[in-house]
Amino acid sequence: LADAADSTNGAGRGDGGPAKPDPPGYFEGESMTRRRALTVAVQGVGGLAAAGVALPAIGFAIAPIFHRPRETWESVGPTDRFTQSTYLTVVFTQVPGIGEAGKTTAFVRKADPNPPFNEPAGTYVAISSRCAHLGCPVRFVAAAGNFICPCHGGVYDFEGKVIGGPPIRPLDRFQTRVRGGQVQIGPRYSVTSQLQPVRARDPGEYVGGVWNVIYPPRPSTFPAPKSG
Amino acid sequence: MKFPASLIPTALRKPPKPGERAAGDGAGTLERLREAPADLIGWVDERTGGASFLTGMLYRKVPKGTNWFYTLGSATLFAFVSQAITGVFLAMYYVPSATQAYPSITHLTNDVFLGEFVRGMHKWGATVMVILIFLHMARTFIWGAYKYPRELNWVIGVLLLILTMAMALTGYLLPFDQRSFWATTVAVNITGTGFLLGPYLADFLRAGAEWSPDTLARFYAIHMLLIPGLIIALIGAHLYLVVKLGTTAPPWLEAEVKPKSLRVQKV
Repeated sequence: LADAADSTNGAGRGDGGPAKPDPPGYFEGESMTRRRALTVAVQGVGGLAAAGVALPAIGFAIAPIFHRPRETWESVGPTDRFTQSTYLTVVFTQVPGIGEAGKTTAFVRKADPNPPFNEPAGTYVAISSRCAHLGCPVRFVAAAGNFICPCHGGVYDFEGKVIGGPPIRPLDRFQTRVRGGQVQIGPRYSVTSQLQPVRARDPGEYVGGVWNVIYPPRPSTFPAPKSG
Repeated sequence: MKFPASLIPTALRKPPKPGERAAGDGAGTLERLREAPADLIGWVDERTGGASFLTGMLYRKVPKGTNWFYTLGSATLFAFVSQAITGVFLAMYYVPSATQAYPSITHLTNDVFLGEFVRGMHKWGATVMVILIFLHMARTFIWGAYKYPRELNWVIGVLLLILTMAMALTGYLLPFDQRSFWATTVAVNITGTGFLLGPYLADFLRAGAEWSPDTLARFYAIHMLLIPGLIIALIGAHLYLVVKLGTTAPPWLEAEVKPKSLRVQKV
């Protein structure tokens, strides 16, 4: 007669060996040996302890991905400082407390309501100096009316659209507003090749259409303005 | 004819055989002092078994044809240890803050005794380590030493190569001069061009969408704590497998054929 514990004590596997005695503490109808139960319990408790340390630590490390800093607006000069015909270079603090590394450059002009620009009158255009290729600082060459990047030869036209070199989208822009006769520069946003605003992307990332999914918008950036 | 013992310096003389001792029974103060190092090693060995582990590792058999190319791995290890030591001492002067990093680097380079030398060792040692790890990899590839049963060690080696490149990348930012800043800006943006996860990875490295007060500290922690820990663990696994599996003979050496197997072939 087969022992009820045959399935747990190694006997009854057809090896012809004598049935081993029941393990200590065995009782009729148990589904798990004491050894097995303790193994599962120890592994479970150990796993909980490890997760209790690892999960908060990982969350702490990746928290900045989900954090959007406070929106800041920096005044860059009175409205009459800027013209429609050319850009004025302004340097402003984007991230306070880290000295030069927190400053960034923008090229600002008055919006032009006439064709081919058709921009809303009374607004201002602020183009970021961050090259859309890999983030080097472009400069505005007034004689050519172009933006040129020193690193890999990216060239952009007067509106910031790519006309040469490796960049894959127009130059980013900053939101602008007028407060108390001062032009203020706000959060960064990216634009498609048709200058449609989208949420800010890092350099080297395509925007528009399916690219908005392949390079998803990040929670650390600000929503794009309604229209250019 | 026996060489006159009086002409041999004392230190080189053979120790007297038991019972030959002119004075004392081997239990004199001098004799006991002489045996102290051996006693100490024996005491540790008795409790750890370390001697058999060390002799097994250091006196393991190596195949015929082993040559200087087989030292490239050890050379890479030496470069890593050198980086670790100089890195620890550089950390005593370095301040990972966006406003303090560059002044602390100029201070340790120009003011601290031997600072330029230690920083130079770390800087040039990084290049040396990258070159050595590639030479080591080339040796393994050309010798065919990645084949069965050593594939896993090749995989670990590739992970070590990637981690070494990550060390080079994160360390490049730390001087925080113009070159560091823009090179790392470009590197993080290249990271961001990976699809789906790339943008988030770039945010992770920068600690946000823009350069932030935490960016430099983050690179510093990755450079001096996270990656070195991983490298040390993987080097341990790498060496364990080298000792366990042994090294390969150069592929151009023909295997030794025993006469017995020759006879079997004839039949």
